[in-house]
Amino acid sequence: MHCDLNNFYASVESLYNPEIRNRAVVVVGDEEKRHGIVLAKNAVAKEKGVKTGDVVWEARQKCGDLVCVPARHELYLWVSKQVKDIYREYSSRVESFGIDEAWIDISHLARNDKEAVEIANNIRSRVIAEIGLTISVGVSFNKIFAKLGSDMQKPNATVLVSRDNYQAKAWPLPVGELLYVGRATKRKLERANIMTIGDLARTSVDYLKLTLGKVGEELWKFANGLEDSEVARVDDADKVKSFGNSTTCPIDLTTDEEVKSVIYVLAESVAERMAHKGYYGSTVSLWVKDNSLTSFDRQATLSFPTNVSSDIGAKAYELFKACYDWHLPVRAVGVRITSLSHGDLQVDIFSNLSGLEKHQKLERTIETLRARFGYNSIRRGNIMGYEELSNINPHSETHIIHPVGFFKGR
Amino acid sequence: MGKKWVAVSANIDECGNKTPTSIVYNEQRFEIDRVLDVKSCPSFKAGGIGERYTVRIGNSTTYLFCERGRWFVEEKV
Repeated sequence: MHCDLNNFYASVESLYNPEIRNRAVVVVGDEEKRHGIVLAKNAVAKEKGVKTGDVVWEARQKCGDLVCVPARHELYLWVSKQVKDIYREYSSRVESFGIDEAWIDISHLARNDKEAVEIANNIRSRVIAEIGLTISVGVSFNKIFAKLGSDMQKPNATVLVSRDNYQAKAWPLPVGELLYVGRATKRKLERANIMTIGDLARTSVDYLKLTLGKVGEELWKFANGLEDSEVARVDDADKVKSFGNSTTCPIDLTTDEEVKSVIYVLAESVAERMAHKGYYGSTVSLWVKDNSLTSFDRQATLSFPTNVSSDIGAKAYELFKACYDWHLPVRAVGVRITSLSHGDLQVDIFSNLSGLEKHQKLERTIETLRARFGYNSIRRGNIMGYEELSNINPHSETHIIHPVGFFKGR
Repeated sequence: MGKKWVAVSANIDECGNKTPTSIVYNEQRFEIDRVLDVKSCPSFKAGGIGERYTVRIGNSTTYLFCERGRWFVEEKV
């Protein structure tokens, strides 16, 4: 099953501020740092036409008596953990998908669809009774249809997408509703007159492979209910799999140099945390969101594991140069490193380690200087001149973790 | 209803279970005669989530919440 906390941020704020509970509420980013966009809204604000991603003044125009509350990420993370602890009482396989969503494997508890729905209803009532929030649950025989089911009815509902009814329930939906059909893929599919999930299911897989590549085959499987990946174990999720950090920039970025400086600040914070915990990583991922809030991520592998910021930054910037065509200004950037190893570095005898050691020493010295004299006491040359961009609190405790992609490792 | 943070004295057993024994409210100490019930529960009235202790103080029964290590009562404003 897939559980989705309804209007999560706004619901938590309404729970914590009884006086705003029946009003139109939006949760907004920091206006001073120009993160003043709507991050989440409650049902009342939604009715008035307020959308996620609206700038605050835009949202106020749509709804005069709008209550804007600043985001409290640390609180949301804590509440999310309380909810997921309830999920974990039912299964050791609970896979988080962002802060407010999770898949739960209950196949060991339910012998049939009816029992699965009963368990879903039970979880739903416990989350209301113990946390005070509502969830929408999709119950299905695979993760894709479970996710689809949880999107069908909001708030506070259970939807069953079974082997018997998936053609009736899932197939009439627009193809864009399917997980991993983003704006670009949707456009391509619609150009081929594939408008619904059913259309996609009935299209020849060879044609899809030809049009979309490997992804085409995966999406065809999704639409036909053939997706069969397992829900990840709790233990797996607890192990450190990646280090990452991302930020919404105080101004939209319009040049390569600006993006580069932000990438290096993020890379420094990632490298520092890795070094502290004794990790090395060899896959660098870059995440970019433009000012229409469309985002993508790309990854590349380094020829050696590292925890040095210049290696991570250089690779991330290389990815950016290769993948971004500047069709729109950039609003947010994230850098992440995966394929981690811990402890002493194992490398082949031909690798040149002395360079790495030198860089590591340099970076640790920089960290010591910063600890004594402040973060801005020593900075990279390429960040100079972009002070307002680089002033993005890279040491924030609330690093946003993006869901691990479905296609990773396939 | 407002959220009123209070000081609490409690017994903690070897498993970490807390049993509040008294609270300080408006600079006055109130002894808790009995804990009638404990459960995870939101406070819709004051706003918050935590462990809700139903406690008897003298002749009245009231809720005492423990939220992330801090205690509060729902105060009539």
